[in-house]
Amino acid sequence: MGGKMARKIRVLIAKPGLDGHDRGAKVIARALRDAGMEVIYTGIRQTPEQIANAAIQEGVDIVGLSSLSGAHITLFPRVAEILKQKGAGDIHIFGGGIIPVDDIPVLKNAGIREIFQPGTSTEDIITYIRENVRAHT
Amino acid sequence: MSKSIREELDRWIRTTLNKVLSKAPEREPSFKTTSQIELQRLYTPLDGENRDYGRDLGFPGEYPFTRGAQPTMYRGRFWTMRQYSGFATAEETNRRYKYLLDNGQTGLSVAFDLPTQIGYDSDHPLAEGEVGKSGVAIDSLKDMEILFDGIPLDKVSTSMTINSTAAILLAMVIAVAEKQGVKPDVLQGTIQNDVLKEYAARGTYIFPPLESMRIVTDIFAFCKDRVPRWNSISISGYHMREAGCSAVQEVAFTLADGIAYVEAAIRAGLDVDSFASRLSFFFNAHNTFIEEIAKFRAARRLWAKIMKERFKAQKDESCILRFHTQTGGSTLTYQQPDNNVVRVAFQAMAAVLGGTQSLHTNSKDEAFALPSEESVRVALRTQQVIAYESGVADSIDPLAGSYAVEALTDEIEKKAMEYITKIDGMGGAVRAIESGFIQQEIADSAYQYQREIESKKRIIVGVNQFQVEEEPLRDILRIQPEVERHQKEKLARVKKERDSGNVRKALAALKNVAQGTGNVVTPVLDAVKVYATVGEISDTLREVFGEYKER
Repeated sequence: MGGKMARKIRVLIAKPGLDGHDRGAKVIARALRDAGMEVIYTGIRQTPEQIANAAIQEGVDIVGLSSLSGAHITLFPRVAEILKQKGAGDIHIFGGGIIPVDDIPVLKNAGIREIFQPGTSTEDIITYIRENVRAHT
Repeated sequence: MSKSIREELDRWIRTTLNKVLSKAPEREPSFKTTSQIELQRLYTPLDGENRDYGRDLGFPGEYPFTRGAQPTMYRGRFWTMRQYSGFATAEETNRRYKYLLDNGQTGLSVAFDLPTQIGYDSDHPLAEGEVGKSGVAIDSLKDMEILFDGIPLDKVSTSMTINSTAAILLAMVIAVAEKQGVKPDVLQGTIQNDVLKEYAARGTYIFPPLESMRIVTDIFAFCKDRVPRWNSISISGYHMREAGCSAVQEVAFTLADGIAYVEAAIRAGLDVDSFASRLSFFFNAHNTFIEEIAKFRAARRLWAKIMKERFKAQKDESCILRFHTQTGGSTLTYQQPDNNVVRVAFQAMAAVLGGTQSLHTNSKDEAFALPSEESVRVALRTQQVIAYESGVADSIDPLAGSYAVEALTDEIEKKAMEYITKIDGMGGAVRAIESGFIQQEIADSAYQYQREIESKKRIIVGVNQFQVEEEPLRDILRIQPEVERHQKEKLARVKKERDSGNVRKALAALKNVAQGTGNVVTPVLDAVKVYATVGEISDTLREVFGEYKER
C-alpha cells in the first residue's frame, strides 16, 4: 500500500488453430475481467506465431490457450517454443479444452504449466492465476 | 366451466396450498427455465383459455404443424437414427459407417475435419495438427470415393455438416453417386450450408457474408433443378445453443437466419414455393425436458406462420419445419461420465416427444475425446430403446394438451417472435450478426449460465454437487499422428496422377463464373470431377470473394 500501486495482472486468452468453439474462452475472459484482471481475447483461428507476438506486444503476464479440436498437442507446445525463442519464456502458459489426460504430461514437458479440464470453475482459474503470477510492478 | 375452475383454483390456493406453504416453503422463491420464463406452480385449463384447437394446434401433417410434420409420424416409421461421425481418414471413417449401419443405424451423418470445413488441403500450414482430428479429412474426390465405398447412396441418406465448402462436398457426393450408377435426382441427404450461424457461433466461415449468401442461394437453385430430393440447407440453432444461448434464443436466432435465407433466395429470383420445402432445420436437445419439448413445437408453429403470412407460401409443404436434433454436447460432463448416458436419454426423449425427423445421440465420453466404438453403440442403443421399448412413438404428439407443455409452447413462440421483431428492426439477421448483437446475446447467456453453476443456483450432478474422487477416463479414441502424414501422401499421389491441364481449366472456368453472376455449383462439380482439391477450389473462390475477418 505504501509504495506504488500493484499493476493489474495482464492475461491473454487465445484460440490457436482452426477450432471455433470459443464459449469457454469467452466465459473465462469475462470472469477474469470481473476479477479485476486486464484481459485480451484474441478471437478464433490464431496461429501460434500470432499468439506469441500478441503476448509479447501486449506485455501479458500469462497466456491461456483453449482448444477443443484435438490440435492442442501440436499447437500449445509451439506457442511455448516461440515465446522462448523470442526471449519471453517467463510468460506463464496454461491451457484448457478437450485434452486427454495422457496428453497432460507431454504438454507440461513442453512448457504448458497447467491444464484445466471441463467443469473447472472460473473461481479455481482465478485463484490459480493469482497464485502463479505476480504482476510485474 | 372456466369460472368454476377459477373459483376452485382460488379455493385450493387459500386452503390446501397455503396450509402447506405456511409450514414448508418451496425450494426456491421462483422457478425459471433456461429462457428465464417463470414457471407457474401449477398449470390448469385456465392457461389455455384463449387457445383455439384448430388454429393453434390442428392436426399432424397440416398447418400450422404444431402436432407434427407428417400425418402418421412415428407410427409410419421411426425418426432417422443418424449418428454424426467421422475421424482420421476416409478409410477409417468408412469402417465406422459400416459398423454403425450393421448396428441398425438408418442414415449417415458426416463429420469433416476443420481444414476440410474451412477450405484448406491437408498439406496447408494452417491444417497442421488438425488433419483428421474433429472429423474425416477430405481433400479430393478420391477421399470421397473411399468414404462411401460399399455404401449404396441410393438407399442410405447422407447428412453432411459442411457450410463454407458445402458446394464442393455436395458436388463430390453427386460425382461419387454417378460412379455408383446412382442418378442425382434420387439422391437423398442434407448439407448444412448454414453459413450465418458460422459467423454467430461455430466459426468455419471463409468468405464475407454477402458472398457467402450468394453461394448459399446458388446451392438452393442448383439443388432444386439437379438434386430435388436433397435438403439444400439445415438451418441450425444447435451450435448457438452449444455456445450458450437459451431455448427461446435458439428458436429466435435460427428462424431469423431462416428468414434471411428465404429473403436472399427470393431476391435471387427464386419462387418461394420452388425451394422452401427443401429447407430443413437442426436443433439442440438440452437438459430442461419440458421446455425443450415445447421449444420444438413452438418452432414448428412459428415457422409455418412465417412462411404463410410473411412469405405468402402457397404450398403447405413450404410451411413445414422438418428438423434434425442432436443432444447437447455442452451438457456432457467430464466428471462421472456414465451419468452422461442418462442425460442423453432424457434429451433424446425430449426430441422424440417434440417430433424430430432425425436424431443424433451423443456418447458419454465426448468431454474427453471423439467417442469410442463402444460408447457410440450405447448412444445408438439409447435411441433404439426409446423407439422400440418406451412406447412414446406409438401415439402422435402424446404430450399435446398438457397444460404446462401447451403454455410453454405459447410462451416460447411469443418470446421468440419478440426477438425476431427486434432483429427485423436491425435490418435482419445478417445485420444483427455483423453488428455483433447475436454474438453478444449468446455470450451473455453463456456467462449467466456459468455464474448460475458457480453460485450453485444451477446444480450439475457430479460437477458442483454429488462429486466423487475418480480416475479420469483413459480408454478413449486417439487420432494417431500418422494420419496426417498418410493423408498428405494420398493428396500428393492424387495430384501426381490427375490431369493437371484439366484442373487448371476447370478452376479458370470456376473463377470466371464466380466473377460473373452464374451459378457457381456447376463449375465446382466440373472441378471436383477432374480431382481439383477442396483447397484449390476454395482458394479460387477466395481470390474472387475475399475472406471474412472476425471483428
